[in-house]
Amino acid sequence: MGDHYGFSLTTFSPSGKLMQIEYALNAVKNGQPSVGLRAKDGVVLATENVGSVLTDDQPKVEQISKHIGCVYSGMGPDFRILVKKARKIAMEYEMMYGEEMPTIQLVTDIAAVMQEYTQSGGVRPFGASLLIAGWDKNPGRPLLFQCDPSGAYFAWKATALGKNDVNAKTFLEKRFSEALELDDGIHTALLTLRESFDVGMNENNVEVAVCNSTGFHRLTKQQVHDHLGTL
Amino acid sequence: MSIMSYTGGTVVAMAGDECVCIASDLRIGEQMTTIATDQKKVHKVTDKVYVGLAGFQSDARTVLEKIMFRKNLYELRENRNIKPQVLSEMISNLAYQHRFGSYFTEPLVAGLDDTNKPYICCMDTIGCVSAPRDFVAVGTGQEYLLGVCENFWRENMKPDELFEATAQSILSCLERDAASGWGAVVYTITKDKVNVSTIKARMD
Repeated sequence: MGDHYGFSLTTFSPSGKLMQIEYALNAVKNGQPSVGLRAKDGVVLATENVGSVLTDDQPKVEQISKHIGCVYSGMGPDFRILVKKARKIAMEYEMMYGEEMPTIQLVTDIAAVMQEYTQSGGVRPFGASLLIAGWDKNPGRPLLFQCDPSGAYFAWKATALGKNDVNAKTFLEKRFSEALELDDGIHTALLTLRESFDVGMNENNVEVAVCNSTGFHRLTKQQVHDHLGTL
Repeated sequence: MSIMSYTGGTVVAMAGDECVCIASDLRIGEQMTTIATDQKKVHKVTDKVYVGLAGFQSDARTVLEKIMFRKNLYELRENRNIKPQVLSEMISNLAYQHRFGSYFTEPLVAGLDDTNKPYICCMDTIGCVSAPRDFVAVGTGQEYLLGVCENFWRENMKPDELFEATAQSILSCLERDAASGWGAVVYTITKDKVNVSTIKARMD
């Protein structure tokens, strides 16, 4: 017992910052870009997913429960841990109350997990930010949240993460409208993503998912191809 | 004698058209001895959701406190009123968590959800839910009640008809069941009002 010390790596710097969190946010800033956008009748998540020509596809967008899904920018391995925890939290809620977990409840629980990793001994903060898309049945409405490694969370109408997020957000500020339908939303999200793309966008390096009253769905390569064709 | 009938007591609920009724007797005893005659077994959870707890009243009190604890945390966390369906799932979980040392009380939930659809259900001591569309009864008078309810219950009753059906059902149960009695209290839950009436039966 006495021979083990558990120090938190995150100790306040004299200026009042937690450097480990700043570094984690940098890991996010250097990650492949993701865009989230709330349309009138659903939410769009879009992300760059560039793999090697030699590797098989590895999805970046994951479903958490019937009407909730998420995407990330930053470190893939850390994201998978968060997805695993999120799914478990969502299922436990369903078993406890007999109905699907409201998106905001999941977001606060995930944010609490991320916060815990900034204050516990022997661990480091997550190197990933999440965009969580959900559809709340009561009242039927689309929801979009961002969860940061610090444990902070935000409700967005539209936002971007990862490389070039500032430019992407400026672009969204100009293009976003509350009146967008889901298909226009996908269009706008892809246009935003294109702003920070250095190679040509195609169905092999872009992933898109939508979340509406029917649930959370990943678009097939064919569907992504068709949407890219209309840009 | 079983611990389930040690204190005695009966609860019944009926569903109508955008209304539900939940009623209980007022007796609490120690086997054949009547101890008090003002023991309500129906408790308010929210404005539109009530819970009834029959069986051993010491356990019923503990279970009620645990229900309110979980329900209060839920409402603070989610910032909304609990629906009867969610409450029954919650109570069922609570009961099953004590699967091998259960509370000797059978809970009953009656209420209106947010679309004012009636919901009633009852469960056994380990939380096995049964949620029929017409009526439920638990407690020492359960078997007397189910028969009369079968006769009194009609489809889509209005609040006043529903009250009458519930009151008459529990009154005829109290005639037969020696472990329940000393009058009854009937809650009629409608979308904007809850009517509480205490009715007399054989007072002996």
